[in-house]
Amino acid sequence: MAKAEYRLILKHADEPGYTVDIDCYLSHGGYQVLKKALAMPPDQIIQEVKISGLRGRGGAGFPTGVKWGFINHEKNTKPVYLLCNADESEPGTFKDRQIIYKDPHQLIEGMVISAYANRAHLAYIYIRGEFAKGAEILEKALAEARERNFLGKNILGSGYELEIYVFRGAGAYICGEETGLIESLEGKRAYPRIKPPYFPAVLGLYMCPTIVNNVETLCHVKHIVEMGGAEYARIGTPNNTGTRIWCVSGDVNKPGYYEYPCGAITFGELLYEVCGGIRNGNKLKAVIPGGSSAKVLRADKKYKIPKKKEDGSTEIVEMGLEDIPLDFDTVAATGSMSGSGGIIVMDHTRDMVECLRNIAEFYAHESCGQCTPCREGSLWMKKMLDRICTGGGRPEDSKLLLEVANHIAGRTICAFGEACSWPVQSFVEMFGEEFEAKQRKESSLEILEPLTNRTA
Amino acid sequence: MSALIKNPFNHDLPPLEAPLVNVQLDGQWVKVPKGLNIIEVAKRFGKFIPHYCYHPKLSIAGNCRMCLFEMGMPKLDANRKPVVDAEERPVINWLPRPQIACATQATEGMAIRTNSKLVKDCQEGVMEFLLINHPLDCPICDQAGECRLQEYAYDFGKGRSRFVEEKVKKPKRVDFGPRIILDDERCILCSRCIRFAREIAKQDVIGFVNRGSYSTLTVYPGRVFDGNYSLNTVDICPVGALTSKDFRFKMRVWFLREAKSICTECATGCNIIIGSRENIVYRLTPRVNEEVNSHWMCDQGRLGFHYIHSKKRVTEPASHLNGSLFPLEWSEALRTVAQKLMEFPPSEIAFLVSARLTCEELYLVKKLMETLGKGTEIFSEIIPRKGVADGLLRSADLNPNTKGAIGIGIGKEGRRIEELKNKIRAKEINCLFAIHENPEEVGIQEDILSSLSFYVWQGLIPGPAVHKANILLAGASFAEKSGTMINIAGRLQKLHKAILCPGRAREDWRILRDLLLLVGVKERVFEKINDVFDAMSKEIDLFESLSWNTVGDLGIDLSQKLKNRSIL
Repeated sequence: MAKAEYRLILKHADEPGYTVDIDCYLSHGGYQVLKKALAMPPDQIIQEVKISGLRGRGGAGFPTGVKWGFINHEKNTKPVYLLCNADESEPGTFKDRQIIYKDPHQLIEGMVISAYANRAHLAYIYIRGEFAKGAEILEKALAEARERNFLGKNILGSGYELEIYVFRGAGAYICGEETGLIESLEGKRAYPRIKPPYFPAVLGLYMCPTIVNNVETLCHVKHIVEMGGAEYARIGTPNNTGTRIWCVSGDVNKPGYYEYPCGAITFGELLYEVCGGIRNGNKLKAVIPGGSSAKVLRADKKYKIPKKKEDGSTEIVEMGLEDIPLDFDTVAATGSMSGSGGIIVMDHTRDMVECLRNIAEFYAHESCGQCTPCREGSLWMKKMLDRICTGGGRPEDSKLLLEVANHIAGRTICAFGEACSWPVQSFVEMFGEEFEAKQRKESSLEILEPLTNRTA
Repeated sequence: MSALIKNPFNHDLPPLEAPLVNVQLDGQWVKVPKGLNIIEVAKRFGKFIPHYCYHPKLSIAGNCRMCLFEMGMPKLDANRKPVVDAEERPVINWLPRPQIACATQATEGMAIRTNSKLVKDCQEGVMEFLLINHPLDCPICDQAGECRLQEYAYDFGKGRSRFVEEKVKKPKRVDFGPRIILDDERCILCSRCIRFAREIAKQDVIGFVNRGSYSTLTVYPGRVFDGNYSLNTVDICPVGALTSKDFRFKMRVWFLREAKSICTECATGCNIIIGSRENIVYRLTPRVNEEVNSHWMCDQGRLGFHYIHSKKRVTEPASHLNGSLFPLEWSEALRTVAQKLMEFPPSEIAFLVSARLTCEELYLVKKLMETLGKGTEIFSEIIPRKGVADGLLRSADLNPNTKGAIGIGIGKEGRRIEELKNKIRAKEINCLFAIHENPEEVGIQEDILSSLSFYVWQGLIPGPAVHKANILLAGASFAEKSGTMINIAGRLQKLHKAILCPGRAREDWRILRDLLLLVGVKERVFEKINDVFDAMSKEIDLFESLSWNTVGDLGIDLSQKLKNRSIL
């Protein structure tokens, strides 16, 4: 029997008869939490978020309370901005669109509460250009909220003022990177900024302190204020609190979005029970747990997971993929990451080299081109994989792919370097035999010894 | 530091009051100003961290990733205090992720490794990435010999290519403005030119289009990159993507002999390097002088040397008789001039002197006038040239040595030109000696020149009325003589001779020295320019206690002395 979902964020999303207009939201108890929040001092809201242990739902899993704590509101004299990252471009992720298209007012309420806590009076929702309908829905919802005094000047008589605008993107994955988003919002090319010194909490939008949060994260803030941080922390497991929306796509019978508390369900339970198992009775081969940037996990491999025992010590447990619970830390312990929650399932009929080629093409296309390793390396890896898939593979290509990927990760301005190299590293390491099978037995272009006398 | 141009960034010049911090550089503990970026820290101790996009006068971009180094921070104990070892030095925690040196500032206890295994791996990686799409243009690229891609590939690269795919194709030979050609395939997208155009030249018309590996440098559609500082982007471009149309394909840079000199197009006196080969000047490039022009020079000055090789140039002394030009021997020409000068009473002689002459030449003119004058002051005047200052480097005074002329006591800054004209017309002045100036330019036309009994012309390119001159003396351009000039801010700067004079032309100071000997000054026979300078410093108090050897290549500030004499 499949475990029941815990629909915290998506409670009303697929309810029959639930519409996006404000009256429907209000009749379901909407904007009551905003009233409660405006009566609290802003620092108390930040404290609740810290206690709740909320981690960002955009992909990095950074503790939201810590992020909000970076701004020193006593010393700060510049305006603070709150930016909602609704770019949702990570392949395999489609959770934020459910919130935007089906329950936009939850996001707006969460944003007003978060902006109030961070002393922001101007907020933007950066929504990807492809969500044209979503932008329309949000604009209408914002207009409704403004009309009812949930937005604008003197919100609900509290004296607090906030304006939220929708800003549409134009089709670039790199605009989902927080500093890329800020640059795009400022009207420039979305070149991520170097950190240090341009940490958004210090030098963000227009060089003022800025908080950038994911759509889902901001919705969780509303629920944290509603039930209190300590109560929220009881959902999920220590350090992995709250619910997460998992987006399953690929070779399962029932792909879709499912919300569960962190650690409450394992891969096996999710894929075989909730999603109805692998399609056509095929065998599971590989799973990418967190959007295409995450490292791939091989189905028939054992993973060494550190587990904390009651006496405080840690033991290493070997588990198969099916037994790994879905949260932040356990999935990270496998070497991969739970990222944005986009779970991509591949069965035994899938050619891993073709899958990697598909992913590499995406990253080569989306690289912004600012820094050398990612700009040149991502296209190089794509060209190599194209050649391998069309029969031109050579025995040294696996090693070369790995070396190119190793030269990108950790050497770039933003995490896109890791995002484009981790898939290559993990696919080649996990499925090396498939790459070898695609290579010719001898090479027509040897790698010669280096010419320089440099000793490493 | 008081450069005439205000650079918005000066990453290599930390504020004087910055405190010193201890950093560990490749195992050695050293003291550096706090906040200094690591590339400059390494430079101060003789270590070189390779970089493309970093420039000390431009904003930090951090996009080439060539300056990656291994950074360590002090290990902190539970109370966030540094753990120290036996020598009271902090124990270092090395960060696994390399950092870029251009964007990292020195702080207390920081540790730097510039040549560890990780650093070498990073450098090789970045070099490999830069070369995979780079066209094999070295044989036809102007930058060869001064190309940082070549240099770093040799010093920090792998040595072999592993790239067997097709390279990205981009536009080549793009018109980037009236003076620059762009080759997009060679561009490594360091963005130095974009930052320069935006921050210093203040003509923000260039930028990148497209994305990823297809990113292309381009000028905004409908605009041109034609500012007066555009050619500085050719200097700062680390590869051969931006090349000067004027210099393109003319000469390989390793053949160029380099002479340090001063630009003479305006009173700023930007420090330059004259690149020449076999007595032909091929290009001028700026020389770093933080007191004058920093790293830059304007396009007008940069391209203002072609007249040196003009066919119109007078290259041998000559005399005019009945409309024909007769070449003369130097000895004959000079003897004629000296004799004639001594014939006229001092009140009938006028010297029309150029403020483009060096101080030494102006000094010799002064001595000549004093000798001929025998107590009376001989009429002398300079031709002023005024332009518009552009707020960057160009000065409003287009003569390079006006301050020198005033300091040595020649002319009245051009106020007596009308007087000169009238005196010639009235036949009060009957003998005119024009040095590096054409009187036609200030309205002393042929008809007025006809009234002269004797007219000596010395210079480079004659004006239309030169047939009125009795004797023509072939002088030297700024690239053909050594000397000093004083710029608008009162700085004494040196020119060094780069090429030989064409034909039988001679340096003007040698011509004037010979004239001095012929009119009777026998004390000193100046062999070298040093002698002239040293003699000048003894006689003119502006230059007292200076000698040619003590004036360095970056010049000497004389502004206080000039202020005391109300010249500044």
